Amino acid sequence: MPFARPSRRPFCALTVLFLTLAGPAPAQEDDSALVRIAFLKQLVDRPPALSNLDEASDDIGVSGGQLAIRDNNTTGRFIKQRFELDVSVVPADGDPVLAFAQLVADGHRLIITDLRVDTLLSIADRSDAKDVLIFNASASDDRLRNADCQPNLLHTTPSRAMLADALAQYLAWKRWSRWFLVVGRREEDRLFAAAIRRAANRFGAKIVEEKEWTYGPDARRTAQSQVPVFTQGIDYDVLMVADEIGEFGEYLAYRTWEPRPVAGTQGLVPTPWHRTHEQWGSVQLQNRFRETYGRWMAPVDYAVWMAVRSIGEAATRTGSADLASLAGYIRSDKFELAAFKGRKLTYRDWNGQLRQPILLAAPRSLVAVSPQKGFLHQVSELDTLGYDRPESGCKRK
Amino acid sequence: MRTIVRMVLTTAVGVIWSVGAQAVTVYVSNEKDNSISVIDGETYEVLRTVPVGQRPRGIILTKDHTRLLICASDDDHIEVLDLETLEVIGTLPSGPDPELFVMHPDGKLLYVANEDDNMVTVVDIEAGKVVAEVPVGVEPEGLGLSPDGRVLVNTSETTNMAHFIDTGTYEIFDNVLVDNRPRVAQFTKDGKYVWVSSEIGGTVSVIDTLTREVVQKISFEIPGVQEEAIQPVGVRLTSDGKLAFVALGPANRVAVIDQKTYEVKKYLLVGQRVWQMTFTPDEKRLFTTNGVSNDVSVIDVEKLRVRKSIAVGRFPWGVVVAP
Repeated sequence: MPFARPSRRPFCALTVLFLTLAGPAPAQEDDSALVRIAFLKQLVDRPPALSNLDEASDDIGVSGGQLAIRDNNTTGRFIKQRFELDVSVVPADGDPVLAFAQLVADGHRLIITDLRVDTLLSIADRSDAKDVLIFNASASDDRLRNADCQPNLLHTTPSRAMLADALAQYLAWKRWSRWFLVVGRREEDRLFAAAIRRAANRFGAKIVEEKEWTYGPDARRTAQSQVPVFTQGIDYDVLMVADEIGEFGEYLAYRTWEPRPVAGTQGLVPTPWHRTHEQWGSVQLQNRFRETYGRWMAPVDYAVWMAVRSIGEAATRTGSADLASLAGYIRSDKFELAAFKGRKLTYRDWNGQLRQPILLAAPRSLVAVSPQKGFLHQVSELDTLGYDRPESGCKRK
Repeated sequence: MRTIVRMVLTTAVGVIWSVGAQAVTVYVSNEKDNSISVIDGETYEVLRTVPVGQRPRGIILTKDHTRLLICASDDDHIEVLDLETLEVIGTLPSGPDPELFVMHPDGKLLYVANEDDNMVTVVDIEAGKVVAEVPVGVEPEGLGLSPDGRVLVNTSETTNMAHFIDTGTYEIFDNVLVDNRPRVAQFTKDGKYVWVSSEIGGTVSVIDTLTREVVQKISFEIPGVQEEAIQPVGVRLTSDGKLAFVALGPANRVAVIDQKTYEVKKYLLVGQRVWQMTFTPDEKRLFTTNGVSNDVSVIDVEKLRVRKSIAVGRFPWGVVVAP
């Protein structure tokens, strides 16, 4: 198999882009063991942009994977291992299940995905996926970690519960405990709101009011009159927004009846990665990403990077390229991943979720990193975020 | 009254101790302030704060002790600070993002870790030229040179290896896997072992330089401190082969280890996020940089006590002592 030569392999020729990518080509080392990884992504139809500030990019996730492959190959060169990433990008109206089947038929057993929850579940459930290890790098749905969990799924992206808990811990520390929850019109907004309600309950906050945002998606001309009325007459500390795609949340700050901070999906946001993050050597990762791809690393890039690095770490430590030993090692208690969060990251054995600190970021400053000091746990402080072993409905173990 | 007596006593003890100390000057790089703090090694007074290039981290003295070389990481070069005038008198090439360096015992060559470039750059100080580049793992950082100058050990933070480089040929002749995020490599005086700290792994690996096997892995346990906060970075070994000091980062402590038995004897409480350390030439004192509390702690090596903390600039990183 050719190495480090981008080669186009047509399958489902018109609808799917399929590339073989590898890191910087070290000298041809034919005796080195090859670890093949695939990244499967489905593009989504984006709503009209509300702001011209954020540039959307179709290579989100792909670049994170490529950078990690490069990192893995730099290491692999010393121990005769090399890593390859096959990227399969399916358009919004394409068939990701078919693309997945193609990857499996092509011999892939390590597949990283950027797919929506239903697609991911229908893939993980397939008979040809039984021997595939799937890394979910984008779906934050809690049901994937609980009732709908699958034995072949690992999650490098945090769940909504983890994000909400991370935010709640910080607000508890601030004693800003009365929340006014505003929920958007979409299903994912309702799921985020559910995670916020659960977090309030866990960390002693109270939802003093909850309202659905019914003014429609684009408030840029009307917010000044709508938001004060919408928030009038309520006594609260923090306005909590559930608006995952950003239809209205940005228009709440500075327009509320009372002067109150905004948090949730806008304002102070919980996120696995953010451009303001520079601690624990993350400047190095931010720099090499920006220099290579000309944009900031997105959370999904980071989640894909961690998935590829998890595989790389397992390959380095086991000295093996064999799927069973890699998967076994990743799931064992020996596994640990360094991912610029100031502590080692490991996978929860009950639902395959990667434990990780969560950043709390304002647009231009990192406010805090959760778990917050003082939230103790008998196993790992990181397990104060999200569904802990006794709470998870997952019966994979 | 009692307070006054105690104050007098403390001052007296302080004076006696500092009089006994060797007259030295301490230089500290302040990563976020773009400056070097110059500290009187006797009075512990900050004499001067000298503005230098962007993001100064690793610092080293030239062999004749007349100049301080500074890794100006964000300026992608090394600055030369004249210690007589305290002025930057020139620069040396370093390759991109120099973080840390070591000098050959003959004082002629510098080995620089280029963190953003997966490279170790070799610089001829006299000629001001790059003489070699050695490709290494991802995010190279720690550099340790064998006492005879023949073997250079480089650690790469994301590759998790100690690379053994022949300084005659600039070839890597071995790679030793260690725990996550190796930061610092330090040879024992006899050259038989190299100690490598792993920040995220929370351990120190002692590698036999002949067999390149990890002969000992040292871990740490401090009552009341979360395991995750124990993040070993700086390593210093006394040349009599007796003691090792390991800076434990956000655990805010320096571990004192027996170099022979590898037993941790004591944990010394210093400032917050302690990283780099250096001895006085007589090895009676050890200075530590505490990045979050913005100070330098002074450790009495004989008594194993922390004597003093000295406020410096923001994010103190490197520290050297000039006789």
